[in-house]
Amino acid sequence: MTSQVSSPAEHADEADGPGEALVGGQRQPPGEKEVRQLDRVIIRFAGDSGDGMQLTGDRFTSETASYGNDLSTLPNFPAEIRAPAGTLPGVSSFQVHFADHDILTPGDAPHVLVAMNPAALKANIADVPRGGEIIVNTDEFAKRAMAKVGYDTSPLEDGSLDGYSVHPVPLTTLTIEALKEFGLSRKEAGRSKNMFALGLLSWMYHRPTEGTERFLRAKFAKKPDIAEANVAAFRAGWNFGETTEDFAVSYEVAPAGTAFPAGTYRNISGNLALSYGLIAASRQADLPLYLGSYPITPASDILHELSRHKNFGVRTFQAEDEIAGIGAALGAAFGGSLAVTTTSGPGVALKSETVGLAVSLELPLLVIDIQRGGPSTGLPTKTEQADLLQAMYGRNGEAPVPVVAPRTPADCFDAALDAARIALTYRTPVLLLSDGYLANGSEPWRIPDLDELPDLRTRFATGPNHTLQDGTEVFWPYKRDPRTLARPWAVPGTPGLEHRVGGIEKQDGTGNISYDPANHDFMVRTRQAKIDGIEVPDLEVDDPDGARTLVLGWGSTYGPITAAVRRIRREGGAVAQAHLRHLNPFPRNLGDALGRYDKVVVPEMNLGQLATMIRARFLIDAQPYNQVNGMPFKAEQLAAALKEAIDD
Amino acid sequence: MTEAASALLSLVPKAEAEQSMKDFKSDQEVRWCPGCGDYAILAAVQGFMPELGLARENIVFISGIGCSSRFPYYMNTYGMHSIHGRAPAIATGLASSRRDLSVWVVTGDGDALSIGGNHLIHALRRNVNLKILLFNNRIYGLTKGQYSPTSELGKITKSTPMGSLDAPFNPVSLALGAEASFVARTVDSDRRHLTEVLRAAADHPGTALVEIYQNCNIFNDNAFEALKDKDQAEEAVIRLEHGQPIRFGPGGSKGVVRDPATGDLTVVEVSAETESRILVHDARSATPTTAFALSRLADPDTLHQTPIGVFRSVERPVYDSLMADQLDAAIEQNGKGDLGALLAGNDTWTVVG
Repeated sequence: MTSQVSSPAEHADEADGPGEALVGGQRQPPGEKEVRQLDRVIIRFAGDSGDGMQLTGDRFTSETASYGNDLSTLPNFPAEIRAPAGTLPGVSSFQVHFADHDILTPGDAPHVLVAMNPAALKANIADVPRGGEIIVNTDEFAKRAMAKVGYDTSPLEDGSLDGYSVHPVPLTTLTIEALKEFGLSRKEAGRSKNMFALGLLSWMYHRPTEGTERFLRAKFAKKPDIAEANVAAFRAGWNFGETTEDFAVSYEVAPAGTAFPAGTYRNISGNLALSYGLIAASRQADLPLYLGSYPITPASDILHELSRHKNFGVRTFQAEDEIAGIGAALGAAFGGSLAVTTTSGPGVALKSETVGLAVSLELPLLVIDIQRGGPSTGLPTKTEQADLLQAMYGRNGEAPVPVVAPRTPADCFDAALDAARIALTYRTPVLLLSDGYLANGSEPWRIPDLDELPDLRTRFATGPNHTLQDGTEVFWPYKRDPRTLARPWAVPGTPGLEHRVGGIEKQDGTGNISYDPANHDFMVRTRQAKIDGIEVPDLEVDDPDGARTLVLGWGSTYGPITAAVRRIRREGGAVAQAHLRHLNPFPRNLGDALGRYDKVVVPEMNLGQLATMIRARFLIDAQPYNQVNGMPFKAEQLAAALKEAIDD
Repeated sequence: MTEAASALLSLVPKAEAEQSMKDFKSDQEVRWCPGCGDYAILAAVQGFMPELGLARENIVFISGIGCSSRFPYYMNTYGMHSIHGRAPAIATGLASSRRDLSVWVVTGDGDALSIGGNHLIHALRRNVNLKILLFNNRIYGLTKGQYSPTSELGKITKSTPMGSLDAPFNPVSLALGAEASFVARTVDSDRRHLTEVLRAAADHPGTALVEIYQNCNIFNDNAFEALKDKDQAEEAVIRLEHGQPIRFGPGGSKGVVRDPATGDLTVVEVSAETESRILVHDARSATPTTAFALSRLADPDTLHQTPIGVFRSVERPVYDSLMADQLDAAIEQNGKGDLGALLAGNDTWTVVG
């Protein structure tokens, strides 16, 4: 999925079934086995939580990225660190979709399922279309393990997999055999079976291998024996594919060169892109970065990442709770840092009083919410978009806050810079709404040149800004910039600007405590006007066919919505598409843009929060289309729903 | 003071000209109730600040919510009147990102020990360079008279017409238990003692917690009368001085000794026999054991035998310095951050247009 590519491709990129994925002829490679050309493949690695499926998927993705395919990933794992072994709730999976062209989603249905145990097979088989390839680790299909997940008879033998292309492979046995010389126990050697599987899949899809070998040697640098054992298992898997007759065909998916604008690329996840965006914002603003945070899934990776980059002047403070996380950030903002707090939905609830204080203090502050399933603890490792109204309205009093949402993993970088721009220019807390799908998913990213990055430098107040009637020059902490309505940022240490801020209503200008009714009315309206006046780019509507129906999205639904729109257009349907980066304030032209369509459909991973905002604001009968199952939309399903709305 | 400590304190710039108390008075009208103990504390702080000789613009007062938390408005320094209980967290962010500032937290018994209890104990254990002034009046004043976490058991208030069921916190004991490196107690009406304690706190590198017994003449008048009334004070107040035998009472007739059987502290009449056993106060003791025992000496009902002064003052690594050191170490190890290299990472590919 590339955020840079906006034109609808002609490829059948989100279509289902391995058959459709086959294009071009067959060619005879130098080796003896047949090689087929594919335009795209979706692979799902599934196993027990302890089987290392996330690592396996990550490595396959890295190889695929460095090969130059476009790609999109969907890690899916339980909240428990180690759920009971061999059970359905303990299944962890990683889906990767890669192609020789521009793609938008991790794919609806895998062409290939790697099932490391009966639970993994049972939990995932329903997603695999008939004809799909299934690689199973037969060593784990013992009677007891099968009974544990409700298989009375072996699915490998009872004909229930007849419609699929099944490759039974004793992965554990083969791995142990391959590692005989390493003097490891059977249990230890068996642990490398995920690397065997990775080697096999790497052979099947002609993935480069050097990166993984380098990675394993670095990861186990302190245990060279284990490093070499894993490399040996990886190579054994590759060689197994090359020699065994069960795998007669291998596949090539050519690099997606033409889908990408020229540049240097890397693979990046949403949380990593967001972390880099924050560091970049700090450099562009020439302000030290300060993160106050409390660990919470799925946001903790940003804390981990930023804490590794202290040589950029980044201070990370792991607080005693969510409230202290944002409190420390606000204190640092008062002192002149670019201040950030990171969290997920429950943490936003705890921070809301401090966000309100930041609204009153009018200091720059980034509040990053990596949304997850709610309410309460909800589904910590699953994705959802149900914090939009919390971000908009979840505070006491009239406390407007700008809301920014990235649309793809790589876009988290740009969204972080944009959120920093707004916070610094308008001296306000900003809520950035990412989610679990963006946070953990990854895609290729064109690495920007540093001189492409926006200039975020801001000015601290240095002297008096107001002349009293008697001619005295004074500093008024709440005297606003007439254009942005931002107040001056006077940091401690600046002589002559000593002043007091606080959560009690301020008198306009002087910033003194004021209980005057007219002043309060004025200040409430002024704070609102400041947020309403934030400059955001106009909404772009993609409508090549003069459609009557517009589909409007925000955040991480960009990929699935765009894929669904492409499907409809491919089939001759007309639908317009627009996607919001700014939820508050809305783009100036939003009302006009929506008004041009007979129908506006709003797909969201919640029960209709943006739809509610659109209806309330524009009196437009926006139709919600909602899914709250912890997973991203599937393109096919979404296309069907949109088609229904268009035809209705 | 160690070299490291004085180095840390010297990071705050000095004032260029001599300062007076007037320099620290803001133009805001003070709005506490007439007769409130907070006036005396404000005057003591404003009077003491010039002695520090720090650049006024590098001093910050941060407070939470409550009567005492109006304090920053009256100081002509930088200040923030924040939200209930959160001042230590906010001050932690400021102090740990700006070591050139002298950061003071003003809080009360409800603010610090009830809604903000978590932030207080964590600031203390981290040893952030903050001076926390805890105004303890044993009542909720701003909300008009409910019992507080330091109110005595059975206290009759608006919210406890049949008496409070809550056992109170002892702030000094709590702070010592939270690994505080500096803990002191003083009284609003004793300006000389209050100033001495503030001086010691200001000189301390790390978190200094100063409990100030403060009279709320509206909702809990005379809560500390035993310590102020001339007739009782000699019996009630034990003035702790580092390196001095702990003696009090008329003519120093009483002293604190360690009970050899239990290790606990008790009060004895000073005599030829007991004099050699009188405990010599050691605020710099490696362990907080004796300081803790001293914090339990007062009679909770009469407040007799209440120690005031510095219970504990030890040096240990300061959070802000450790944080700054890690930044320096990271640059030493990896060089100054190179954004281009960071964004590129190790696995890239190039698309030619």
